[in-house]
Amino acid sequence: MARIVGIDLGTTNSLIAYMDGKVPTIIADADGHRLVPSIVAYTPKGLQVGDTAKEQLTRHPERTVYSVKRFMGKGLSDVQDELQYFPYRLTEQAGVIQIHIGNKALTPPEISAMILKELKSRAERFFGEEIRKAVITVPAYFNDSQRQATKDAGKIAGLDVMRIVNEPTAAALAYGLQKRKQGLIAVYDLGGGTFDISILKLKGGIFEVLATNGNTHLGGDDFDRRLMEVMLEEIKTTHGTHIKKHPELAQEVRVRAEQAKCRLSSEKEVSVEVPLPEDGGTYRRVFSREAFEAMVTDLIEKTLSPTRKALVDAGLSAADVDEVVLVGGSTRMPLIRQRVEALFGKPPHCELNPDEVVALGAAVQASILAGGIQDMLLLDVTPLTLGIETMGGVMSSLVRRNTTIPTSAKEMFTTFVDGQTSVDIHILQGERELVKDNRSLARFQLKIPPLPAGVPRIEVTFMIDANGILSVTARDVRTGEAQSIDVKPSYGLSDQEVERMIHESYIFAQQDIKERQRIEAVNEAQSILRATDKALARVAETQDLTTSEEQEAIRQSAAELRQSLTGHDHRKIRQAIEALNRASSPLAERLMNHSLQDALKDKKLSQMP
Amino acid sequence: MAIVKKELPLARSMCWHCQSDIGGEYFCQQCVKVQPLSKDIDYFTALGLPRKLNIDTGMLETKFYEMSRAFHPDFYEGKSDMERAVSLANSATLNQAYSTLKNPIERVEYLLRLEAGSAKEIPGKAPTELFETLLEIQEQLEELQTLKGQKGTGSEEIVGRLRAERGTLEAKRGALERRLAELFQLWDRLADRSSSDQGQKTEKEQVLKQMRDILSQRNYLNTMLANIAEALE
Repeated sequence: MARIVGIDLGTTNSLIAYMDGKVPTIIADADGHRLVPSIVAYTPKGLQVGDTAKEQLTRHPERTVYSVKRFMGKGLSDVQDELQYFPYRLTEQAGVIQIHIGNKALTPPEISAMILKELKSRAERFFGEEIRKAVITVPAYFNDSQRQATKDAGKIAGLDVMRIVNEPTAAALAYGLQKRKQGLIAVYDLGGGTFDISILKLKGGIFEVLATNGNTHLGGDDFDRRLMEVMLEEIKTTHGTHIKKHPELAQEVRVRAEQAKCRLSSEKEVSVEVPLPEDGGTYRRVFSREAFEAMVTDLIEKTLSPTRKALVDAGLSAADVDEVVLVGGSTRMPLIRQRVEALFGKPPHCELNPDEVVALGAAVQASILAGGIQDMLLLDVTPLTLGIETMGGVMSSLVRRNTTIPTSAKEMFTTFVDGQTSVDIHILQGERELVKDNRSLARFQLKIPPLPAGVPRIEVTFMIDANGILSVTARDVRTGEAQSIDVKPSYGLSDQEVERMIHESYIFAQQDIKERQRIEAVNEAQSILRATDKALARVAETQDLTTSEEQEAIRQSAAELRQSLTGHDHRKIRQAIEALNRASSPLAERLMNHSLQDALKDKKLSQMP
Repeated sequence: MAIVKKELPLARSMCWHCQSDIGGEYFCQQCVKVQPLSKDIDYFTALGLPRKLNIDTGMLETKFYEMSRAFHPDFYEGKSDMERAVSLANSATLNQAYSTLKNPIERVEYLLRLEAGSAKEIPGKAPTELFETLLEIQEQLEELQTLKGQKGTGSEEIVGRLRAERGTLEAKRGALERRLAELFQLWDRLADRSSSDQGQKTEKEQVLKQMRDILSQRNYLNTMLANIAEALE
């Protein structure tokens, strides 16, 4: 089976890993960098991803996209509260956010695909072969739309996404493999933008997820923002500098806030300096760890309630958990470690690198799928209850949260009116009673043969696969025939859109090469045309060197070359250059012999490759 | 009691791939291809268990893990579309069977569906002896709601009373669950008896009816307790 790599597509950083024999290993770049910052910049010089894009954050804030994972599978109204923090313009089209950069509008899956492509080519350089298959991780609490968006990103990047794996579960796989553990473990995963808690049972190579919970909008970014808000407010009051006038300042402050936060995990206090625009001086501020902790303590509290809920769902108390594993860069914060220890009554494990363990686990899952590891099996769950809308705007549940996947549910539908030919089904995900409080996943239209009311019996099967992604099929119970279903995802790209994006990303890559080749050919053509014009002007004065037929042939070739420049095909231009060369080279030679060298200088230059 | 034979009710008697007789084994003897489980398979059968209500959960888990290793899609990644489809469907059935039987309440609800054709969701019914208490709770919940809306005071007293009544409901639920456990024993003894005379049949029906009644009351109490919890939050 072809090689399968493991990818952690993170909010802040992304990584790619593979199994080196029995050891999951991160693939670094030539400079030894293991993390790829999840940042994409569309600068005037072209597309940049990762470290080079990170440098553009403060230089071209409105053209540099970061934390795009927060927008995956979401509509604009979902992220209304945080729009002020992002320097680029966002709109929505048919339930999908559009990020505007220059005159381009890109969807979150397309931006994520850029990051995936960067990781993919890193692995391709490392292995010296094409990589087509990957396991990609997502927060465990990601809903169907967010998972689908991640899968779409993989497709657009030219990857066959073999499996979507939950990040805390992946971490458990890496941890379990390394430590050969048995028993109950809790994985507390606080990343750049999301929080997950998963409770697992490890027994004889089986990793059974008992329960999971979380918050897909809580992470390191929110901690940065607390510092940022304080800094921006102070900059405004003491220096009179307002971010609305200086979008680049917001990025500058964000970057400094993030650095300060990270340092406060090891230092008791840090001093921050921000150079202000338009010679506004320098903003200086000292933050103590204590003061920072006071700013974010409510955010940390927000992780504890999902943790308790997960324990309840698993039918366990905190004391039953044998080990607590910390994952995600944010868990380096001492206050988080204290709170987690207080909740579980035991110190958490932090010996694994919290930035890398998820990617390592993805590589382990990739190896399981490729048949490399045969004694380990991951049994994961669906994080959210799946249901359909029933009378009165109430959600009726079909598959409850924390059900082991794959799983399916069947529901029988019939008609209420004679000759009714379709039934609309609204699919939802969430834990609330009312439709409006849950997440709308999709609307399906079920086609029904026209019969008296109540006669048709259509059995609809809702299948959640091992990726946690829903598919729906329908069958006419009387005839046994499959029924057609029209799917309209509420938040997400349709299959056709994904196809178009795959096509475009391929075309764009091709076009980039073609465009470069065309520009090179055009430059060369212009240079040879200039030389030809000069040569023809000279021979007009010295009639005996050439025949009128030859001149006509050269003019004809030159005209054809000029004509070819209006097209986009660099091969046609090259052919025309060759033709002109053939037509004019005997004359050029004669001109040379005639010591009319100045007329030939350009020509000779142009003939150099 | 180890179940070694890889036999289960299957959708077909012949292998979908090589057409040889599979004799109920979920891996074809000839071509080793995985076979689709019967659509009508019940969860007890799927996990190799008799239709009884007291289950050794340790053994259930062992069986579940063993069968997961047989059917899970992870092991079919490089296989044909048909094998992957079979693996997905079989895994889904297995996972539903395990999650249903693992939990004693879901287990008995499922048994009621199998044996007595009960609805998936048994409607709640108020326990008659708690009628007065339940009416009071309703009134207090409404009153608390009004007070919250007006941001008025005086809610402490209602909260105190609701807390006490919550204790009463929880005690009742505990009693119902103990009675249910007794009925589990009774059901299992009946299931063990080999005779299938009319008397035993009636006795079984009696037990099922009682269990259904208890679940119905328990569901009502759960809803009420959830309402109280919400109001007290």
